[in-house]
Amino acid sequence: MKKVFERPKALTQAEFSYCPGCGHSIIHRMIAEVMDELNITDSTIGVCPVGCAVFMYDYMSCDMIEAAHGRAPAVATGVKRVLPDSFVWAYQGDGDLASIGTAEIIHAAARGEKISVIFINNTTYGMTGGQMAPTTLVGQRASTCPAGRDPDKTGYPLRICEMLATLDGPSYLARVTPTSPAGLVKTKGSITRAFQNQLDGISFSLVEVLSNCPTHWRMTPIESFKWIDENMVPVYPLGVFVDR
Amino acid sequence: MANRKLMKGNEAICYGAVAAGCDAFFGYPITPQNEIPELMSTLMPANNAVFLQAESEVSAINMVYGAASAGKRAMTSSSSPGISLKQEGISYIAGAELPCVIVNVQRGGPGLGNTQAGQADYFQTVKGGGHGDYKVLTLAPWSAQECYEFMPLAFDLADQYRGPVAILMDAIIGQMLEAVELHGDFPSIDRSKTWAVTGTRGRAHNVINSLWIDVNVMEELNIRLQARYRTAERDEVRYAEYQVDDADLVLVAYGCPARVCRTVVDLARQEGLKVGLFRPITLYPFPTARIAEIAKSGSQFMAVEMSCGQMVEDVKLAVNGAAEVLFYGRTGGVVPTPTEVFNFVVEYGVSSCAADKRA
Ligand SMILES: Cc1ncc(C[n+]2csc(CCOP(=O)(O)OP(=O)(O)O)c2C)c(N)n1
Ligand code: SF4
Repeated sequence: MKKVFERPKALTQAEFSYCPGCGHSIIHRMIAEVMDELNITDSTIGVCPVGCAVFMYDYMSCDMIEAAHGRAPAVATGVKRVLPDSFVWAYQGDGDLASIGTAEIIHAAARGEKISVIFINNTTYGMTGGQMAPTTLVGQRASTCPAGRDPDKTGYPLRICEMLATLDGPSYLARVTPTSPAGLVKTKGSITRAFQNQLDGISFSLVEVLSNCPTHWRMTPIESFKWIDENMVPVYPLGVFVDR
Repeated sequence: MANRKLMKGNEAICYGAVAAGCDAFFGYPITPQNEIPELMSTLMPANNAVFLQAESEVSAINMVYGAASAGKRAMTSSSSPGISLKQEGISYIAGAELPCVIVNVQRGGPGLGNTQAGQADYFQTVKGGGHGDYKVLTLAPWSAQECYEFMPLAFDLADQYRGPVAILMDAIIGQMLEAVELHGDFPSIDRSKTWAVTGTRGRAHNVINSLWIDVNVMEELNIRLQARYRTAERDEVRYAEYQVDDADLVLVAYGCPARVCRTVVDLARQEGLKVGLFRPITLYPFPTARIAEIAKSGSQFMAVEMSCGQMVEDVKLAVNGAAEVLFYGRTGGVVPTPTEVFNFVVEYGVSSCAADKRA
């Protein structure tokens, strides 16, 4: 009988520790599938963030580095520069990438560093308990803005793809969301494209995934996906921002 | 015939790095160490190695973290304020048991301070600097020649002890021009790194990490690190002595003040005063046992530093009450002159019997 569904080889046997319905699980599996399909697992060094995905090194069967909070693009740069023939990706949350690590991501992108970054935007600091993130929507409640984000005091959400699109360094920038079957296909296509760009030696690529945090949003996974479509997508339009 | 060249200490660091087989340099401009990234920008590519100017010291040390994770010999250099920024990364490097070399050409501080010579980063360097229970093996060159010699040594120690190694200099040592013998004659040690992340290519995956949720596993890491530090304290202590054997007063100094103190010893000896110089070369591990031994012979000590008194605490710990420990320091970028140190020695330092002899 033909096997139509199996565990990607790029995943270890370890069980994910994510909350039920969390987007991190979906995207981990997708990255693993793409690594299998491109046959790159044994030449890959993955760099994981500080955030809920901090244990990603237990889940991926490729070589892994756990970076300091926000520094994954710098760590990935260090690896890629000394091992130019290896495949290097970094995985970061929005607190990690868009707050404490803004300098690192902007300059890795500006240098056109030949790495691929998967950016999980869930509008919150999941790991530390659902505090406000730079990507939290105006009016959205978080544990450090219980009355909702007040732009008078805390400003406005950061649009990373649009910011990086002003630079000449990146070769591929896309924002996707896995909230529908079509979205899943697009998300996987974008990750594949980002990885292929690195394999072709082109330059920096980043895929921003609008994701959920059902736990801190206090929603069911299904409600959270609906919330992404209705509230996040208008602020963070989906699409390909750079493709060259 | 070895290759003898006139160069600054900072430049000697670069040639030493090449002699050590340094694979990658990541840095950010800051005076008084700019000669290092500037020269490395051509020396590294010329030796098939990586040079990259990072967007900050934070990024530079994290690039070192990445390159060291890949099993390569990686380094960074900076000066005091930049080294402060690197501390988070140095702590991660220690926690993840990665070898690397960090050069600090110290300047006056605190804060932005100035670009003149200082030694006020001693505590930060030898007592840990960042968070957590770790140490940084620290070498203190006093000449351009030693800047050259200590780079291969630093990389070897980093590999051997799987941790960060610091070269602690000051603006004078970094900027001073001296002849350097570029002999290229260094022992080669086993550099294989089975733990490195290079792509699995058939083996089980390697992970570079400093996160241990299980407190007992975290404690084990700390115990392993401490065991390495004990080994270093036993095997890696280095120092130099000048006229110490019969000295009534032993000056203790490293870097630029050690050179000042050497002159002070000569001035004192001309006056019949038995003054000597003890120069720690490894600041961590500190030459505690040797200082304790000298203390037993009845000498007094005087630490001379370009700080308000930092290394003097380690001298006192070593002496452990067995002898008097004096201190003379200038700080904020001021370099003590031989005359002022000599006058201080005459006024406070030599025991009355020696002073009587002089009278
Ligand atoms: C220097 C530093 N500051 C703060 C923290 C605490 N911290 C851990 S995870 C995190 C935020 C993670 O949020 P995000 O990047 O959005 O990822 P998520 O958990 O939502 O996936 C913070 C602030 C830390 N580990 N290190
Ligand atoms: S806290 Fe949020 S982001 Fe973290 S695992 Fe749970 S649902 Fe996912």
